[in-house]
Amino acid sequence: MEDMIFYDRMQFAFTITFHYLFPQLTMGLSLIIVYFKGKYLIKHDIKYNDAAKFWMKIFALNFMMGVVTGIPMEFQFGTNWAKFSELTGGIIGQTLAMEGTFSFFLESSFLGLFLFGEKLIGQKLHFLTGFLVFVGSWASGWLIIATNAWMQHPVGYEILENGKFVLTNFGALFSNPWLVPSYLHNQSASLVTASFVVAAIGAFYLLSKKHLEQGRIFIKTGIAFGLISSLAVAFPTGDWSAKNVVKFQPITFAAMEGIFDTEKGGSEIILVGQPDMELLKLDNKIAVPNVLSFLTYQNFTTEIKGLKEFDVSKWPKNVPGLYYSYHIMVGLGTILIGLMALSAFLLWRKHLEKSKWILWAIMFASPFPYIANIAGWYTAELGRQPWLVYNLLETAHGASPNVSAGNTLFTLLGFVGMYVLLGLLFLLLLGRIIYKGPETIKN
Amino acid sequence: MELFWYIVVISMLTIYMLLDGYDFGAGIVHLFFAKKEEDKKAITKAIGPFWDANEVWLIAGGGVLFFAFPTLYASSFSGFYLPLMMILWLLMFRAIGLELRGLIHNSMWFAIWDTAFGVASLLLALFFGIAVGNIVRGVNMGDVVNGVSTYEAHYFTLPLWNPSLNPLSESVGVIDWFTLLIGLIGVVALTIHGANWIIYKTNSTINSRLKIIIFKLNFVLLGLALVSLSTWHLVLPYLFDNYISHPIFWIFPLISLVGLGGLFRIKHFKKDGTGFVFSSLFLAGGLASTALSIFPNFIPSRNSINPSLNIYNTAASSYGLNIGLVWFGIGILLVALYFTVQYRIFKGKMDEGDYGEH
Repeated sequence: MEDMIFYDRMQFAFTITFHYLFPQLTMGLSLIIVYFKGKYLIKHDIKYNDAAKFWMKIFALNFMMGVVTGIPMEFQFGTNWAKFSELTGGIIGQTLAMEGTFSFFLESSFLGLFLFGEKLIGQKLHFLTGFLVFVGSWASGWLIIATNAWMQHPVGYEILENGKFVLTNFGALFSNPWLVPSYLHNQSASLVTASFVVAAIGAFYLLSKKHLEQGRIFIKTGIAFGLISSLAVAFPTGDWSAKNVVKFQPITFAAMEGIFDTEKGGSEIILVGQPDMELLKLDNKIAVPNVLSFLTYQNFTTEIKGLKEFDVSKWPKNVPGLYYSYHIMVGLGTILIGLMALSAFLLWRKHLEKSKWILWAIMFASPFPYIANIAGWYTAELGRQPWLVYNLLETAHGASPNVSAGNTLFTLLGFVGMYVLLGLLFLLLLGRIIYKGPETIKN
Repeated sequence: MELFWYIVVISMLTIYMLLDGYDFGAGIVHLFFAKKEEDKKAITKAIGPFWDANEVWLIAGGGVLFFAFPTLYASSFSGFYLPLMMILWLLMFRAIGLELRGLIHNSMWFAIWDTAFGVASLLLALFFGIAVGNIVRGVNMGDVVNGVSTYEAHYFTLPLWNPSLNPLSESVGVIDWFTLLIGLIGVVALTIHGANWIIYKTNSTINSRLKIIIFKLNFVLLGLALVSLSTWHLVLPYLFDNYISHPIFWIFPLISLVGLGGLFRIKHFKKDGTGFVFSSLFLAGGLASTALSIFPNFIPSRNSINPSLNIYNTAASSYGLNIGLVWFGIGILLVALYFTVQYRIFKGKMDEGDYGEH
């Protein structure tokens, strides 16, 4: 039984982590491509259409990977989490079925036209198809986060005697206080990934003295989108999300912040430290007094409950994992804001191209938003443990009773093999696209 | 309301089979019959802009199944764990085969992805047929051993095969001679369907050869259909119950028969799209007839201890089903709009323009 849950969780974690490398780019990138395309339509400057075309190639590859690795996610609800699906399907089935109906049909119908139909349908309609793909992918995010929000903070339900969750209020799924902050937080974070990738490839072209004109467009656009979105990830969306956690999941909040003891007169914010779960303290701690209370309640002295206040059986199962995920997310997020702010300043002072070091920094920082995004999701998911549906359904009770650990390990190994292959192919093809570069206008 | 959602789910899965079915068929034709590079190219162009949206019918149909019949979704997806995972991997291979092929112009690269696309299509057609066979035959619900259920009444698990490959034995496997037979019907029927699509959407040089192939394969299909019909009642004793109580249902087997019979005239059709209409009739009529033969069951139970999974004991609450009507109504109208736009823009022969060469 323990093995069974372990492999089910490993398989879901592995496949969703790999999957989310792609949508986090394509959601943000679709907006940036729409921006390029729109700018071309307004300014009639072919440069911007070339930029849009180049990014569409990268978008297409990532989108395909997202689709291919996305199908196993829906399948796994039924295959590995049958009990969870059976009990809550009447509720989360709503939002997941809506994703298929509203989002996937929209995306798949217009993606082909968007990617290859420019000559066939003309510029204005081409912009429209791009816009529809953007709408489809953001709608998909909305419905997935609505599903997750219900698991984090269940609303609009009733539990029958046989343990089944029954929907009693459809509207509540979308007025869930957990939904809007999480969605905006997630979408801004997706835009950070896209901005950094756009800026990083711009930096790569400037540093390698190729495709200079496009490189400049990329870096400027990447920095503009990146500055706004990396700030938005922290404030207001991150702040808002954290306030939800402290309100609805106070134990999770204490664990992710690394607060073991309740401090009279206000809690410190932990910057660095390693949780010691035997002695229930942080080793090598660096902290700033009272700041956590201020950030959470706008008051330096408000008390925040430490982990020890709560029954151990209610604690998240993996406190150090949760703590690290959260701190990696926040730490990287802070670095990314700093980097974008500095780049924006240099861009404004027209020193950016001369400051090679910042171009190198942007290039090497481009994996950071990916790590931060994944760490953010780990925070949400580890923070919810030991629950599948917070406070109502335990993860251990959600797995398929009829699929043995051995079968799940078999398919998990299959997924690992398959995704290693997919990952290698992806890198090969991405490398080719970047190396070839945007097509320059031929006179 | 359960009945309404049952019709929706069955219709969505039938549409899926009609649409992605021609993709699988095109893949099989591509694997066995297309020798020249230009024919291969024509075939991939004929499905290029469509296959992705076609596949969405499976995902969306699965989503609606999940929302309307959560217990069925949970039970069937976990019960058919390994075969479903294999279908998943094949769908993934098919997708990357189609999408990655054109990204590098190199004959070795082409060969790898052509094979991936073709073999995955062939196996998918076989597996989906086997899936239909499994649903008709039913399963050992609750995994009853010596009169005692191993799991809760609505859960089961199937080995990929049992040693005797006998659908009538107590513990059945995914693959037995009956399901394999339905699987073969799937392969042959979808090959014909795909070939009809290629004839309809391309001016490919193999089109005239495909007509002869369809003509020959149609005999094979007729033979397989007769064998399956004569054994159907063995695995499903109450096969005719619904047809006897509601004679109007005979229209579906009749539609299927018209489709099958019509295809014998493939060489005489004046319009390129006619063959595709007939193979669609065969598939849609066949699937509807199959669903009706077990209705109101989704998955029949092969033991007398645990009940079959049917549309009533697996459905979500009536509030949920009613509210779903609102968004689904809007959603499906939008889907109809998208498909109209898509098929309008890509009307006619696909291998003439340079569209779809990824």
